[in-house]
Amino acid sequence: MARTPDRQIEHLLRRAGFGARPDELDLYGQMSVDEIVDSLVEFQSQTDDVDSKIGKPGYVGTTTRGVFSPNSNITDARQRWLFRMVHSDRPLQEKMALFWHDHFATGYTKIAGALGATEGTRYMAAKPSEDAGGVRGQLHLFRDMALGNFRDLLTAIAKDAAMLVWLDGRTNFKAKPQENFAREIMELFTMGVGNYTEQDVYAGARVFTGWNLQRPGSAADGSQHYEFFYSAAQHDTDAKTFSFAIYPDGGKTIPARAAAAGMQDGLDFIAAVVANPNTGRYLAKKLFRFFVSEFREPDESFVNRIAGVFLNSRGDMRRVMREVFLSSEFWDSRSYWARFAWPVEYVVRSLKDIGWTGFSVDTALTPLANMGQTLFDPPDVSGWPGGPNWISSATMLARMNFASTLAGNQRFNLGTASKSSGANPRSFLSYFMDQIATSQLDTGVSAEWMNYLTMTGTWTGTDAQLQAKAAGLVHLIAGSPEYQLQ
Amino acid sequence: MKVTRRQFVKGGVAAFTVTFAAPEFLSDLARAQGARTRNLVVLNLSGGNDALSMLIPYNDPFYYSRRPTLAVPAGQVLQIGSDSSNIALGLHPRLTGLKQIFDQGRLALVQRTGYENQTRSHFLGTDIWSTADPSNSQGLGWVGRYLDSLPSPVDALVGWNATGALPHILQAAHTAVPSIPNPATYAFASPNGGAEATAERSIATRISSHVPVGQPELALVYESAAAALATLGRVATVATYTPSLTYPNSGLGQALRAVAGAMVRGIGTKVFYVTTGGFDTHSAQNTIAANGAYVNLMATLNDSLLAFYNDLKNQGLLEDTLVLSFSEFGRRISENGSQGTDHGAASTMLVMGGRVSGGLYGTAPNLNMDPQNPTLENNAGDVHYETDFRSVYARVIDGWLGADSTKLLNGDFRKGSLTFV
Repeated sequence: MARTPDRQIEHLLRRAGFGARPDELDLYGQMSVDEIVDSLVEFQSQTDDVDSKIGKPGYVGTTTRGVFSPNSNITDARQRWLFRMVHSDRPLQEKMALFWHDHFATGYTKIAGALGATEGTRYMAAKPSEDAGGVRGQLHLFRDMALGNFRDLLTAIAKDAAMLVWLDGRTNFKAKPQENFAREIMELFTMGVGNYTEQDVYAGARVFTGWNLQRPGSAADGSQHYEFFYSAAQHDTDAKTFSFAIYPDGGKTIPARAAAAGMQDGLDFIAAVVANPNTGRYLAKKLFRFFVSEFREPDESFVNRIAGVFLNSRGDMRRVMREVFLSSEFWDSRSYWARFAWPVEYVVRSLKDIGWTGFSVDTALTPLANMGQTLFDPPDVSGWPGGPNWISSATMLARMNFASTLAGNQRFNLGTASKSSGANPRSFLSYFMDQIATSQLDTGVSAEWMNYLTMTGTWTGTDAQLQAKAAGLVHLIAGSPEYQLQ
Repeated sequence: MKVTRRQFVKGGVAAFTVTFAAPEFLSDLARAQGARTRNLVVLNLSGGNDALSMLIPYNDPFYYSRRPTLAVPAGQVLQIGSDSSNIALGLHPRLTGLKQIFDQGRLALVQRTGYENQTRSHFLGTDIWSTADPSNSQGLGWVGRYLDSLPSPVDALVGWNATGALPHILQAAHTAVPSIPNPATYAFASPNGGAEATAERSIATRISSHVPVGQPELALVYESAAAALATLGRVATVATYTPSLTYPNSGLGQALRAVAGAMVRGIGTKVFYVTTGGFDTHSAQNTIAANGAYVNLMATLNDSLLAFYNDLKNQGLLEDTLVLSFSEFGRRISENGSQGTDHGAASTMLVMGGRVSGGLYGTAPNLNMDPQNPTLENNAGDVHYETDFRSVYARVIDGWLGADSTKLLNGDFRKGSLTFV
């Protein structure tokens, strides 16, 4: 059986997941690249039991204040998602969920401001099997449809309770259409800016009039909840004309329809923007930046190829992503380490590289905010600006300081694990450089790390020294510029 | 979706060689020589400020007919006179502090600022206001270009970004601006104590003190780490600043408190960047009731700027300071069905400071819905710009920063009537 070198597995898992745990390296090391990609993309064949491991020994910890309530408390929801990123055996599912969370960026703060903190968490993060009203929070929509059909996903998002609050669809009534969702579905979710007009925004707003919320269920048993509701009485029944094709025959006008049938307007519009050639290209470029490289522009051939798969498969994201991970561009040596790690990528990869026993993901939440990323609270509807915007003096301090916190927390584990390499500073340094992969180190960096090991006195190799030096060295490695690339 | 700081991708190495070794004594030297540092504080009202609720044409009947739930009653606005087109204007009732500053002649309001074919996109709009270049909104920020134009070596604290991520407006080719959202937590932690901790910091500083060759992206990370390590000490002195009054607890209030601290400590910063968000008021904008969304936005703006103004006055630094606001767009004139307003076009800029010639600049729009109304655009849906926003920048660059606006803005945008500074 073909085996895959660690270097390739790590590259693939940094992108298709959140780094590689030692057991993941063992598992995937037995497979060929094609088999690994197959396993990642066809993740439904892996058991989805990660949540049942929360709170069990051997896994990263969570911190509870009373009962762990990830369906109703946003802090706990953040902890559960981080836990999944560390321990899921379906890494690509969590990675795609993050990609979609950024793509359809919805902010908890506004939802909670409108509906309260408990309900806000519910519509962002509730697991349907654990909610009295069967509410599927937005994150679970992203997990369920992580590699599904893009049109289905877009339709589900247009009906998603959190989105209907976030972009004000719940108050989109025929007397005065609300433009917020109509603009962003064209600008940010599908075709991209420059491919629609202000008149399209007006017409799009009218298309989605009546796509509102209702609140069925009983308050007594907790099943009361908000859900999508097509309000025929609030729908603008007149025809709507666009600057781009809505129908396959090139027709640009959604016909006037009776109010009862008016929901079809929105479905026609969604089908049109998904089929619009600009959408596949827009997504292809975004996928290139997130999964392949943000240090170079995507080649035209990549964009054409991925947009072609998207268009021909009518938005089948599983096929699209398989194409991305098997592309020559993905495996081009220029693509290795050619992204700035997102804060959650950095934090989770650190845990996988350095260790998690005795560490609680709760401890990572404030550092993540200081690095610029609070899960469920992107800064605005365009998501996190990303790329070089992640890197500033403040965020570098936050990253270095997180490395310090984690290294300090793991000092005993690190000291013990490195004991057999503790005979001299050189073997000690080799051990850690082998454990924690970074991008190609710049000139002099490893010499400076060596310097650190020797500058405070004689090398004795005592447990106390190994622990101190292990923590200090891991702090320097995980806080190094090279480790911030991904 | 925007791809900012693309120069790192496209510009290659030449675009990115940073000199960090600026000695700490630069600012000390400047102070010893009695030079006073002029400060520019750029204030971003993020989300698209509804200028018509901030500076209100309270005698325009269309203001009321087009905003049945959002119009502020004429009796409540803080009247500040009429502009040169004889349109009577008033500040939002919550802007009592800005009214005081206006009455002292230290607040200028530049009406109907924008540009041709103004975008209604938050992201493209912010890029355009940041670069001052509607035709190439992915270039360097205009403040970044100003910093690049300063004679080297520039001090590591020549700029101060009070937010966590570097905004586009501060992006420069070879000037690194540190991001300091909170001086109190701007510190280097270590898992060890004593000599080990000192060694870690020393090694981290040594590693980050050079710039990788041929790798602009990695160089950015190095440079950011170096900027942090080089400024920790001086930023710590700002953290201990005790203002002459209490600042509001809002993000903006606390950011301006730190800015005042940096000025009082005389650390040599020339440009500060602060921001306050929440202006994307598509629904429940509520311009009137206590704790209404827009009322709260105005409260944050008013209370923070008033505290800053008075603190600087008490510290004798007001005459060294100029605050300039921008927002990516104004909002539609007619309210929507959600008691909010959607994305619009031209807006109003604020300029505040001890040497500002306050007053009303430019003219207010006439809100008549006639599609031919020249002060409006988009079938009279939005406010049409009268003053190119780059003309306001040009005045600040020429008249305050003492640089050449035609160079920094790649063109002559000077407008003689803008005499606010």
